[in-house]
Amino acid sequence: MDLQTFLQQFVNALSLGSLYALIAIGYTMVYGILRLINFAHGDVFMIGGYLAFYGISTFVIPWWLAVALAIALTTLFGVGLERAAYRPLRDSPRISIMISAIGASFLIENLAIVLFDARPKAFPVSDFFAANYVFSGVYVAGISLIIPLVTIVLLAVLLWIVHRTKTGMAMRAVSTDIDAARLMAIDVDRIISITFAIGSALAAIGGIMWALKYPRLEPLMGIMPGLKCFIAAVVGGIGSIAGAVLGGLLLGFIELMTIAFLPELTGYKDAFAFVLLIVVLLVKPTGLLGKNQGEKV
Amino acid sequence: MSTLLETKNVNKKFGGLAAVTELNLRVDEGEIIGLIGPNGAGKTTSFNLITGVYTPTSGSITFAGHDITGMKPHGITRLGVARTFQNIRLFKEMSVLENVLVAQHMRMGTNILEATLRLPSYMKRERHIHERARTLLAEVGLSEHENAKATSLPYGKQRRLEIARALATEPKLLFLDEPAAGMNPQESVELMEFILKIRDQFKLTIVLIEHHMQVVMGVCKRLYVLDYGVTIAHGTPEEIQNNPKVIEAYLGVE
Amino acid sequence: MNMSPVLHDTQRRDRMLTIGAALLGLALLFVFDSMFDPFTMQIFKLCAINIILALSLNLINGFTGLFSLGHAGFMAVGAYTCAILSMSPDQKAANYVLQPIVPWLANVHLPFLPSLLVAGLFAGFIGWILGIVALRLRDDYLAIATLGFSEIIRVLLTNAQTITNGSLGLKGLPRYTTMWWAWGSAIAITIFLVLLIKSSYGRAFKSIRDNEIAAEAMGIDVFGMKVLSFTISSALAGIAGGLLAHYLTTIDPKQFIFLKTFDILLIVVLGGVGSITGSVVAAIVVTVSMEALRFLDGPLNLGFMVTHGIPGLRMVFFSALLMIVVIYRQQGLMGTAEFSWASLSRIGLLPKRSSKEAAR
Repeated sequence: MDLQTFLQQFVNALSLGSLYALIAIGYTMVYGILRLINFAHGDVFMIGGYLAFYGISTFVIPWWLAVALAIALTTLFGVGLERAAYRPLRDSPRISIMISAIGASFLIENLAIVLFDARPKAFPVSDFFAANYVFSGVYVAGISLIIPLVTIVLLAVLLWIVHRTKTGMAMRAVSTDIDAARLMAIDVDRIISITFAIGSALAAIGGIMWALKYPRLEPLMGIMPGLKCFIAAVVGGIGSIAGAVLGGLLLGFIELMTIAFLPELTGYKDAFAFVLLIVVLLVKPTGLLGKNQGEKV
Repeated sequence: MSTLLETKNVNKKFGGLAAVTELNLRVDEGEIIGLIGPNGAGKTTSFNLITGVYTPTSGSITFAGHDITGMKPHGITRLGVARTFQNIRLFKEMSVLENVLVAQHMRMGTNILEATLRLPSYMKRERHIHERARTLLAEVGLSEHENAKATSLPYGKQRRLEIARALATEPKLLFLDEPAAGMNPQESVELMEFILKIRDQFKLTIVLIEHHMQVVMGVCKRLYVLDYGVTIAHGTPEEIQNNPKVIEAYLGVE
Repeated sequence: MNMSPVLHDTQRRDRMLTIGAALLGLALLFVFDSMFDPFTMQIFKLCAINIILALSLNLINGFTGLFSLGHAGFMAVGAYTCAILSMSPDQKAANYVLQPIVPWLANVHLPFLPSLLVAGLFAGFIGWILGIVALRLRDDYLAIATLGFSEIIRVLLTNAQTITNGSLGLKGLPRYTTMWWAWGSAIAITIFLVLLIKSSYGRAFKSIRDNEIAAEAMGIDVFGMKVLSFTISSALAGIAGGLLAHYLTTIDPKQFIFLKTFDILLIVVLGGVGSITGSVVAAIVVTVSMEALRFLDGPLNLGFMVTHGIPGLRMVFFSALLMIVVIYRQQGLMGTAEFSWASLSRIGLLPKRSSKEAAR
């Protein structure tokens, strides 16, 4: 393989990995606080893509306004999801909450089939995003450049929120010990809502960028990216934002590089993430950057 | 009298924190030994090390001639070590009777086919363990509750059920983790008599963690005192009561 | 044992009722088999297959307390094993058009029963291996790892062209799954599970669910028991898969995507996690209503207006039902309770004592 092909794959993997990272952050933040796999997170991502589509195609509003509205509405949707499906079960056994998450995902997907139609929709991509730019023989679509940049900016903002603001401090407190945080007069419900809001906003941005990169919307489009990004979060060390980014990038690179170097494995692409997951869980169950937690006897 | 349990220089570290340092216990057959010390002294961690819940960072543990260091808890139970839990751990969706029956599963020695097909060999053993479970429940005064859900019992009875369940595993050595917790003085006296009774009846050796000094002094032959994971004293109750180090650990120094 | 005459009579009554119910069931099966149209029969067969699936998932999730989401994978293993073993060499030649089947499988041609048994054994074997790997994990990690295994199995089936015929799937399988096969298997497996759960092993499983650390301290080999439960559950899922293959007569890897596990989970949760009765009843109710509510997907006449067909509305109903049950009635239909004749007496459907006793 020559350098040019490698660079080509590198750029592709970087943009795919950045998208994974963006979605994985939502999983890791929710898990860090509620110890819950938010199975519906991938569906929130799908909603983001559809809302932007309706804004641009059906209501013909300017694309930046459509995107902003889609992000805002998806954020509300994510917060509403937590209120409706998870908050009533806050003190229930973990299995119940997980079943609720699976049920919520199920419901959103089926509602999407009814409301959005099961047939795929073509996402309108402006020339600016679709155009290919050539850098010394490497073709780069506009969107592939924008994705990593947007991810870096959002990550910087997120880290600033988590580490430099009072809300961020409260979030870290809740994720360390929810009961102690409550005793310290932290409004735990509010913090959880904010966590879902941030995660859903990132998922919406991820969904819109995904639609720009792969311009085809389907009601079930969130399932596979959702699962893979959860795996990315676990691989990186669940609860750690840096871990989610690392896991997302790692998964993006493994998927694309394996296919580039070993084309005969193309048919197994969707299994890479799961194999990676199982290897990491067996070798280092807490993930690459995770902390160890055991049950107290 | 022969030594039943011996721990040699057992250490346990969690991350950088030393939970237990150089634990050297020796328990002879038929003894009742007390493990005392302030909260967080490493008493329950010591229990967990001996019963296999934790693996020691270093050191060795011998029970009845077997090296049990690092063995799995169920293997250690099989050799004849049983325990109760400080924070009661009953099988909550199961009946009182079933809680005791479960503890006899490993002694039944049936395979899954015999059990599912209810072959006579299995049914005979099943009847036997039912009888034995009922005897044990009668022993701890829970006969009339045998069909109640375990967690529907009041606190004191749950503790007694834990003891019955531990006895059902046919132990030689029994660990009781704060058996008198939450009991009034009257109940504590009854508990002391009960501990002595089961020791003789089931030929047990008992190690107990207890904060109730009345109980500890009443039944224990020897005591080990732990503080911050270190064994600071060891001896008869009288010796311990007058040991300045122990008084210091409990009351603090000026 | 306390064997007062009162108890004895009630026991005898219960035994008579059980035998009566079994005979009634057999008679009904016979009537259904000879009277109903093929379409209705298909639904009743599907009920039986779903009973097996729900029960086997409930064994691991409800009785052993391990949240496994890998069922679709074990069904797939069973379905493919059974189909490949029972297809005739001619059928194989007709199916494997892109690449021929590997020679050692080309001429295998077994009757249905041995194929089905091997399907169960092989799915159990795969379950045993994956269980040894995955059961070191707990809770949601176990859930996601088993889901991962299920997807890996599906991807392998898609790519093992010379064994499974890849994404083309297998078509024209013999329609072996008759009413008798489906219900015979469902009844046999239900009885097996009832006896297993009531045995000492069943108690051991439940003790792990209720408190793993205490179970280990009571001498239960927790890991071994988990692997055992997982293996049995996988084997039963494999048998259900085999029945399903010869019920549908066409299989392909896409049918066994992990979402299929969620369908079964729906039944288990609605019936009550940890109740055999609940799983059986819910399997029948859900399967029948899935068909009965098919009209929701078609054009609806609401009296004042007629809607166009809304495909997917039926599934919205079921997923909404699942959410309502999880949030407002977590124990589902039955909780962990089981059916008994005595429970009918308690709610007043049977007299408290038999008339003979009452007369005394």
